[in-house]
Amino acid sequence: MVAFARRAGRGYSLLTRRDKLVLTLMVAIPLFFDLTLIWGPAIASIFLSFTNWHGIGALTSNNFVGLDNYGQLFTGTYPFFYPALEHNFIWLAFLMFIATPLGILMAVVLDREVRGTRFYQTVFYLPVVLSLAVIGIIWQFQYSADSGFIDSLLRAVGVQNPPDWYGDSSLNLWAALVAASWRHVGYIMVLYLAGLKSFDPSLREAAKVDGASERQTFLRVVLPVMRPINIVIVVITTIEALRAFDIAYIINGGRNGLELLSTLITNNSISESSRVGFGSAIAVVLLVVSLGPIVIFLQRMLREEPR
Amino acid sequence: MSGASIAPPKAAVAHSGRRIRGRRVVLYGFLTFMAIVWLFPLVWAIYTALRPYADTQLRGYMSVASSLSLDNFSDAFNQGNFPQFYFNSLVVTVPAVIVTLLVASMVAFAVSRFSWRFNLLVLMLFTAGNLLPQQVIIVPLYRLYLALPVPHPLSDNGLMYDQYIGIILIHIVFQVGFCVFVLSNYMKTLSQELTEAAVVDGASVLRIWGAVIMPLCRPAIAALATLEFTFIYNDFFWALLLMKTGDRRPITSALNNLQGEFFTNFNLLAAGALLAAIPTILVFVALQRHFVSGLTLGSTKG
Repeated sequence: MVAFARRAGRGYSLLTRRDKLVLTLMVAIPLFFDLTLIWGPAIASIFLSFTNWHGIGALTSNNFVGLDNYGQLFTGTYPFFYPALEHNFIWLAFLMFIATPLGILMAVVLDREVRGTRFYQTVFYLPVVLSLAVIGIIWQFQYSADSGFIDSLLRAVGVQNPPDWYGDSSLNLWAALVAASWRHVGYIMVLYLAGLKSFDPSLREAAKVDGASERQTFLRVVLPVMRPINIVIVVITTIEALRAFDIAYIINGGRNGLELLSTLITNNSISESSRVGFGSAIAVVLLVVSLGPIVIFLQRMLREEPR
Repeated sequence: MSGASIAPPKAAVAHSGRRIRGRRVVLYGFLTFMAIVWLFPLVWAIYTALRPYADTQLRGYMSVASSLSLDNFSDAFNQGNFPQFYFNSLVVTVPAVIVTLLVASMVAFAVSRFSWRFNLLVLMLFTAGNLLPQQVIIVPLYRLYLALPVPHPLSDNGLMYDQYIGIILIHIVFQVGFCVFVLSNYMKTLSQELTEAAVVDGASVLRIWGAVIMPLCRPAIAALATLEFTFIYNDFFWALLLMKTGDRRPITSALNNLQGEFFTNFNLLAAGALLAAIPTILVFVALQRHFVSGLTLGSTKG
């Protein structure tokens, strides 16, 4: 790898001035847009979070309020912050400990000699191509209190007042999570299946010869060898959980039990009551939390990069 | 992982036949159960969409249909202004996918085929930018979109906000990050001699990109094109917040209003949601292989 880089370097020095200019532009123009429209706003969020700007008129030093916005968040003056944080955390835990393991389980099962494995794979990853907005609506026909499938079934077996899954603020988070997992499981299954395809079968054979059980083989041999893909899956799952928005928004606008950091940001800052500074403070909390998985992912990139 | 123990062992000489058969029954029982559970919500939505409203009012949704028809689909299509929404999706998705792939392939080409001082930094900025939750940047981005002047043919209100161009641009910028990551990994697996030989032969970098590297990346490009089409078509967030005019929103974001409009008629709502999903389901049917390899290219090397 080092040799490649060195040789490529020599190649670079052979380039004409025009070629170097072309290469620079190839990177510089997209980078300019990336910095202006993604990193610029990310940093601007931090600045705005120290202000009480409402989005009207110029932003002056009078708008500077120090840590007031954060104070409102963390002292609980703003009643939705801790619930939203908790909901995001539940979202993450549910995906990480239920949906993701189920996806891995499906991949492991379907990677073996199963008749009709193609059919099963297709079924499980079909929801992956659907948008979360469509998924939220499709599940409404299951969850609806008067005409949904689940409550019709419950009434048919004699349940008097079946729950309103999307309407009840203590249930709708779980209802949304089941719907979101419908998609997430297939996604993880596809990723893990690809990883398992590159798994060296002789390792499994060797474990078997040594008398390891199926379970031992999976836990002690397959899982450790799959470490790189495990990291990717953990990162993807975490980011999906932090980004969760669409399905909560299509259900009820992300209110009444479905508050998430993401919906608080938009509901505060991009509406009539435009609390730009305050919404930015929530955005900064989300930014700080997301840096964890992002750093893990970048570290992995760094490690694999030839030096 | 109980799954590992459910799965039948390949070389099962030591086990008795009956035990293996028992395991097989458990395995296929489990898979069949899961497959039914997985298909059910979609099948139910299709069933609901095919039933006339009057029929479900009379018998309830959980009943055997007296008749099935496509009427709800045509009603939703006409009442829901679907031609306009499909058009909006097309106007946003096609240019966004094409430009994303062109731009990303150039960045990936430059950072993976030539060594620069800031290669890794550039790669990290793009990759990490794509990993940020969109909501982290939306507040200042929204303000920026209200402030940035855009000349007339591209924007009819002189701004980025509430314009196709604004939605297309943010998709490109966001998705380039992902595609640069995938394509640069892919290009690193191609032999460095290719570039070197071409440079020595006096080919320009643009020619090397277009005539040497891009043709070799065709599988990755096809996979990414399929994936990006679904990502961008399925976007709900950007157009919801950066496109104010309802009639200009792409279909996925338009669902937010359609849901309110059709709320009293589940049959129509089901038909509408399925109509919105049809393009991605077609992609799933026709380009399944590309879609899967697109997803996995991002997580495995090359």
